[in-house]
Amino acid sequence: MISYGHHRYPGRLFVVEGTDGSGKSTQLSLLYQWLKSEGYSVFFSEWNSSPLVKDTTRRAKKRRLFTPTTFSLLHATDFADRTERNIIPPLKAGAIVLADRYIYTAFARDVARGCDRAWVREIYKFAVKPTAAFFFRAPLDVAIDRIAAARPQLKYYEAGMDMEWADDEEESFTIFQGKILDEYDHMVNEFGLTVVDATQPIRTQQRQMREIVSRFLKEKLKEKTVPAK
Amino acid sequence: MKEMKFYGTALPSIDIEPYPGKLIVIEGTDGVGRSTHVALLRTWLESIGYAVLDTGMTRSVLAGRGIKDARSGHTLGRLTMQLYYATDFADRLESQILPALHAGFIVLTDRYIYSAIARAVVRGADPNWIRSIYGIALVPDAILYLRVQSAEELARRVLASGRGFDYWESGMDLGLGDDYYDSFIVYQKLLLKEFDRMKGEYNFQVVDASRPVKRVATTLRGSIKRLIETEPLAAEPAAKETSKTDLKEKSPDNRPAAPKPADQKPTVP
Repeated sequence: MISYGHHRYPGRLFVVEGTDGSGKSTQLSLLYQWLKSEGYSVFFSEWNSSPLVKDTTRRAKKRRLFTPTTFSLLHATDFADRTERNIIPPLKAGAIVLADRYIYTAFARDVARGCDRAWVREIYKFAVKPTAAFFFRAPLDVAIDRIAAARPQLKYYEAGMDMEWADDEEESFTIFQGKILDEYDHMVNEFGLTVVDATQPIRTQQRQMREIVSRFLKEKLKEKTVPAK
Repeated sequence: MKEMKFYGTALPSIDIEPYPGKLIVIEGTDGVGRSTHVALLRTWLESIGYAVLDTGMTRSVLAGRGIKDARSGHTLGRLTMQLYYATDFADRLESQILPALHAGFIVLTDRYIYSAIARAVVRGADPNWIRSIYGIALVPDAILYLRVQSAEELARRVLASGRGFDYWESGMDLGLGDDYYDSFIVYQKLLLKEFDRMKGEYNFQVVDASRPVKRVATTLRGSIKRLIETEPLAAEPAAKETSKTDLKEKSPDNRPAAPKPADQKPTVP
């Protein structure tokens, strides 16, 4: 098994991270449009996207079967499928993969739910190390306001209601997001995340992002592929 | 009462109070007769008054169905499959095994983490990686490893049972042989080697499963008798001196239809 940091593929992997409402998905789709228009082959990969694991996740959420441990392991299962199916093959083919949420989401959420830090990191050792990981940092109150505006109804696990921190959904969500933000802050140095101030205008953030991404695209990506075994 | 001991990191937010039950693992490769022996042990244990929960791989409410669907399509990658099994295990541990142990049940499990580790390592997983994932596992009270001499013997048993060779039991996903038989032999040899490697590491009690079923069953009972009290529950007229505390300590509930811990799953508000 190849572990984090030891993968050597000709493609590039850029990931966006941040709390809900940080605007990371907006930034990623703008980056996608730009890279496409530049003629690169770009793949988009989202959190929770494995078709085979999806049914189990959906059922478990509906019936509230999760504990912090099974929540963590099932999301790791989903991520493994995504890695084996949607991340490694395009990277081998020399493409650019854009990931909306990556292992850092699991590290933040699972640890916020009480899982052991070292244990969660060990599980995801098989992941490909990203070329660059952007952390869109929004202060807690800003993120909460954005979410409240976009979604009138919070979901059970999304609000962290399973942890019984508070009876009220909004209050629980605020506590949960606060813990998640703390975990992200700890990871900035640990994993060398690129922090983007998510309170800046959208175009300013995008300019920063494109500048950094373009540094990794100097070589001609399109001509490099791994010969199939 | 026994203290809870885990192989690695204990599960978050679980009750780690000492437990009155016993966790007994029946391990071994495919075709050694694990399920036959689990059934025999269950009948025997219930007859002497112990409430029993039996469980095994892919029997979780959470992930069991998903794994079965994935297996029938052969469409999941190796890492994905291994993590799916770990999810299934964690769900059974938290929602079946631990509640049953706290309620004083004897939990008989058909395979535990060792089969999952052996299968993963044979498929190229990092042995330390897979072990740390399963660090959440409770250290059992006994691990009874049913061992046969050779993969050829396993093949004969599989044929004798009339089931024929199964895709996964033959390790067909590994491309080890041209047909099911060849692949089965190579794959089971690799598994046997991994199990032998784990014998000392995890303190398996090795049971020679090449012997007739009856004799294997006697050996298994012998091992379990060392863990539990086996005096008859119904006091014979001559044995009225049996102390009251003795009876109390045993499961007071010797009805065959003991409540299933799976139904006692804490309801999330």
